[in-house]
Amino acid sequence: MSPINRHAKSLSATLVSNKRIGQYHQILLNIGDLVTHCRPGNFVAISVGGENSSLILRRAFAISRISRQSNSGSTYSGNHGGTIELIIAPQGGGSRWLCAQAEGVELDIVAPLGSAFGIPTEPVHALLIGGGYGSAPLFGLAELLKSRGCRVDMILGASSAGKIYAPTEGKRSVNSLKIYTEDGSAGFLGKVTDPLSELIRVDGIDVIYSCGPMGMLSAISSIAREARIVHQCAVEESMACGIGVCMTCVLPIENSDGPVSMLRSCIEGPVMDGADVRWDLVGKVPNRA
Amino acid sequence: MTSFDYSTTLGPAWFPTPLFTASGCASSGRELAQFFPLRAIGAVVTKSIMLKARDGRPTPRMAETPSGMLNSIGLQGPGIDAFLENDIPWLISQNARIIVSIAGENVEEYSILARKLRSLSGIAAVEVNISCPNVENRGLVFACDPEAAKAVVEGVRRTLGGELPIIVKLSPDVTDIAEIAREVVSAGADALSLINTVLGMVISTETMRPHLAGKTGGLSGPAIRPIAVRAIYQVHQALPRIPILGMGGVRSGRDALELILAGASGVSVGTAIFSDPKAVIDIQNELHGLLIAKGFSSLREAIGYAHRP
Repeated sequence: MSPINRHAKSLSATLVSNKRIGQYHQILLNIGDLVTHCRPGNFVAISVGGENSSLILRRAFAISRISRQSNSGSTYSGNHGGTIELIIAPQGGGSRWLCAQAEGVELDIVAPLGSAFGIPTEPVHALLIGGGYGSAPLFGLAELLKSRGCRVDMILGASSAGKIYAPTEGKRSVNSLKIYTEDGSAGFLGKVTDPLSELIRVDGIDVIYSCGPMGMLSAISSIAREARIVHQCAVEESMACGIGVCMTCVLPIENSDGPVSMLRSCIEGPVMDGADVRWDLVGKVPNRA
Repeated sequence: MTSFDYSTTLGPAWFPTPLFTASGCASSGRELAQFFPLRAIGAVVTKSIMLKARDGRPTPRMAETPSGMLNSIGLQGPGIDAFLENDIPWLISQNARIIVSIAGENVEEYSILARKLRSLSGIAAVEVNISCPNVENRGLVFACDPEAAKAVVEGVRRTLGGELPIIVKLSPDVTDIAEIAREVVSAGADALSLINTVLGMVISTETMRPHLAGKTGGLSGPAIRPIAVRAIYQVHQALPRIPILGMGGVRSGRDALELILAGASGVSVGTAIFSDPKAVIDIQNELHGLLIAKGFSSLREAIGYAHRP
């Protein structure tokens, strides 16, 4: 086994930009040369609440975009190093604190963490599926896949229009984009999985990448499994440490040799092969033979 | 500056510094080695290992609470044989000092685990965890029952012989922790680990059910530090010659000093590792500076200093 998180560092990163985009915040952090080790799928763990906070655990956020150059428009980016983008929903106390931070603030972060999306060596036809702000890391992935000559189609879904995250520049990095909302307030009425079997059959999809709520990932996994298509999904399980020591974020994963193991989604994930996850056993304990 | 003696002992085991990882918060060290060299701290206390591989409890296993967290892992682990084959050689290759924490389902299992450690070279001490709150049967918390606690420690002592030091980890969830401490010391414990997590519960007001799949969990973090300080103080007062490895919500050098003053000979850092992978080494450096600033010429002088008349 390769060293765990071998490029991860604990560092202070300057918040160079914080913009509200609909219901979400786009936050850019300058992390210097560390960007060269960040890959789509990786995440970052950030201390929240300040020095005297009663929130003792870091918050984990997917790295949505990686830029080798600093953001030239900002006063705080300095002359060197790159930035990472995070898309954050201000839902809980920690993420609300983060979204309230001003440009120039130093944040205590650990990055990059976890596994990355596997990138095909040949130009394939990829379908990217995002739920809510789970779409964010898929845009960085789309850029990378396009640069490798892949055809990239995207389907985004959410309960309503306001929860869809699809920035204009992101739309340019995909060949097509379809939106589904459960209340019909944007795009098609329904769920991202509604057109999936048909798309796989008609369009000749080679690989599916997904990020979003666990229910969505589970539903995509069963369709992908039936169609015998590779499905790489970025899972979301609540975690305390993000670095593999607390054992809270485990998921039941089927080993190639049979038995099910409880594996850490921060180390063995967040990007996992959807076919390996025993979605039926999430929240249960697998029985050992 | 160089004359300051930072070393400590837990029974016959010697350590160059008094800062340790807390069992269950550092796995077997591999994940932290990315952030600091493991040999730089007093010792790595490994996650309590059981006889057989174990999946632990279902998720959700964690709930954040004010200045703390509840965990309900349920001693997930590879089992002693895989642990001895994979983790111990790796820790030895890192030149880390190692304290192996063991947990059994019954008195007999603790002895079997001890037997597997008896002839092992390269470990500094054995921590006998008789206080994990995350087991299906609360009757398994041996540390809540003086007779059961004594039986476990006697079995381990008999199996190990006189060579490896035994550190027994106690629960704060008892009426009189000094009484339990006396029992396990009389049964052959060389030192005590104080404290394990405090049993707690969070109920989700959305689902209106307990948030953790295991319903109850162990509370850790700064929220329990005053309980740790109290327990260490009480036990040090009752048994001043028995070394204590203190733990419970230590986040800074100042917190570590508080436990030392209460009577701890060493301090383990647990939950703080979750929020900062470098916590143990940072706290080690801070405590060193603080002890010198307070005018102590050795760590030893500061142990139990709060008890002076």
